[in-house]
Amino acid sequence: MSDTQFDVNKYIRAQFFPQMWCPGCGHGTVMGALLRAIHDLGLENDDVSVVSGIGCSSRISGYLDFNTAHTMHGRALPTATGIKLANPNLKVIVPFGDGDSTAIGGNHFIHACRRNIDITAIVMNNRIYGMTGGQYSPMSGRGVKASTAPYGVPDESFDLVELAKGAGASFVARTTVYHAKEAQNTIKKAIEHKGFSVVEILSMCPTQFGRKNKAGEAPQMMEWYKDNTVPMGSKKLADNPDLIQRGVFVDDNERLEYCTAYQELVIDKVMKKG
Amino acid sequence: MAENIQFIPGSDACIEGALYAGCEFFAGYPITPSSEVAEGLSKELPKRGGKFIQMEDEIASMACVIGASLAGKKSMTATSGPGFSLKQEGIGYACMTETPCVIANVQRGGPSTGNPTHVAQGDTMQARWGAHGDHSIIAMTASNLQDVFKMTVEAFNLAETYRTPVVLMFDEATQHLREKVVIPEPGEIEVIDRIRTDIPVGEQYYPYLTDANGQRPMSDFGAGHRFHVTGLHHNLLGFPDVSPENVNELIHHLVDKIDSKANEIARYKEYYMDDADYVIVCYGTTTRSALQAAEDYRNQLGIKVGVLELQVVWPFADEIVREKCANAKAVIVSEMNMGQIVREVRRVVDQPEKVYFSNRVDNQIIKPADIKAALRMITGKGV
Repeated sequence: MSDTQFDVNKYIRAQFFPQMWCPGCGHGTVMGALLRAIHDLGLENDDVSVVSGIGCSSRISGYLDFNTAHTMHGRALPTATGIKLANPNLKVIVPFGDGDSTAIGGNHFIHACRRNIDITAIVMNNRIYGMTGGQYSPMSGRGVKASTAPYGVPDESFDLVELAKGAGASFVARTTVYHAKEAQNTIKKAIEHKGFSVVEILSMCPTQFGRKNKAGEAPQMMEWYKDNTVPMGSKKLADNPDLIQRGVFVDDNERLEYCTAYQELVIDKVMKKG
Repeated sequence: MAENIQFIPGSDACIEGALYAGCEFFAGYPITPSSEVAEGLSKELPKRGGKFIQMEDEIASMACVIGASLAGKKSMTATSGPGFSLKQEGIGYACMTETPCVIANVQRGGPSTGNPTHVAQGDTMQARWGAHGDHSIIAMTASNLQDVFKMTVEAFNLAETYRTPVVLMFDEATQHLREKVVIPEPGEIEVIDRIRTDIPVGEQYYPYLTDANGQRPMSDFGAGHRFHVTGLHHNLLGFPDVSPENVNELIHHLVDKIDSKANEIARYKEYYMDDADYVIVCYGTTTRSALQAAEDYRNQLGIKVGVLELQVVWPFADEIVREKCANAKAVIVSEMNMGQIVREVRRVVDQPEKVYFSNRVDNQIIKPADIKAALRMITGKGV
């Protein structure tokens, strides 16, 4: 744990600031929460690898002074899996978007959960493809207006928490960019957890999602997260079951982590046999 | 010490070559007829402290191999048919990020599912052009299992030397054939290790800066240099840079670093070529039948037929093929596809009209009789 003052300059590649995200974008808040969590844990920059995919959120890797890979659309997790297996000492963190993680990378996502490899996946969920111009994602939800859904999205959304739980992730949490301190602490716990951890952070895209859906500007969109989410198990759910729950839904330290499993169940076993 | 002589299938020759070259990591997905490579390495790698992982699909396997290579491990995957198509995205990323890796593509009948259990050479052009955008790549073949071993070792060497993906274009026939293979002692064949930077940690490291030796020394994720890789057009530091000057330089580098070394990268074998009036140009399994056809013509008719076997298909050895075919009355290109390398041969020889084509695309191995039929047509004499 770190007892020094948080200095953002220790963690960023300042030459690329200001970053390319739109005014009001929630991703900067996620980045701030991630860096504070890394600071809180006292991790050295050399010991962290940040691997992202493609999209607005995935540009995060270029801004951060770690071992960073900006990979292919949807392929952040399998690339991160290779990095982690090759060097299990690295803290591997995968911040990426809702489209990256649940659409084109959906298969990789469920298998990373199943394998329980020690990677921290942070899904920056703004419910839209921002970079390509506001097309709907698997997280948009029925009725949402998008550039490819001018009459409203006809299909159902994933519940990312349920998806991760069902696929076997051993740490599953949800928070929002309104709850920045909570996000920081949740990411901290997720990084500390030995196993595959998923943190869904409800973020916002005023430019592509807000405008088309009359959700207002960034402050209104943040307010919406304040008003429409509650801590896990809140009594308010009895009156309004549509409220979105925040919190740590799974924190299972019993499940065997993949790198450890490969070492113990394969390498050690083979070596013993000689 | 007694020689290490084995009687093994082609998949094992490939595995032995990979281990000899120091392969430490394999990620793959089951697909016929390449699965034996994954099976063998799942057994052998952990014995040496290496790692094997079966991923959820071909795309993930390719990405995983790239990740392991970025973290410093010599890495490979193996695939066939549709799997090779799926890997192209990652191969393009490896080209762009100059990440060394080896992809064994055990060719089978296509397109689509085609015929998983039979032989073809239909992926030759895909190996060259499968990934979108301008790039160059190295692709190798072999016609016997000793060479499968050797080319696999060399594939790793070339991947490290040129910081590029290298494709091993094997096929179903060489993969399932069994032959004697002599496994050389360590040191008998040179093994090139990862070329790492000597820039001290803490000093500015440029992952894409060419040094005085023409190399771009690498660092590993976690080694302290904290560099960035991206599939975007990037500068010498690895950061996105889409300025026209930078992009122009980058694309020229990605192509020139391989194409300008075509003669150095070239691997080929010549059989009966010294006095050949007719030259059969071939690669992979096809070479075996070409040799038989050449020998039959020489022994029974006294017609001087030679064979030029290309072991590196890409980059195409323009000058070497032109020179070797210069004195031939006719050149026959033999391959198990509808005509892929024949286009290259016609492009480079002095008289394209003297280039003939002998092929087969019915899932059957090309036979000496197929090539002899072409020779009969050209020479007017048959055996």
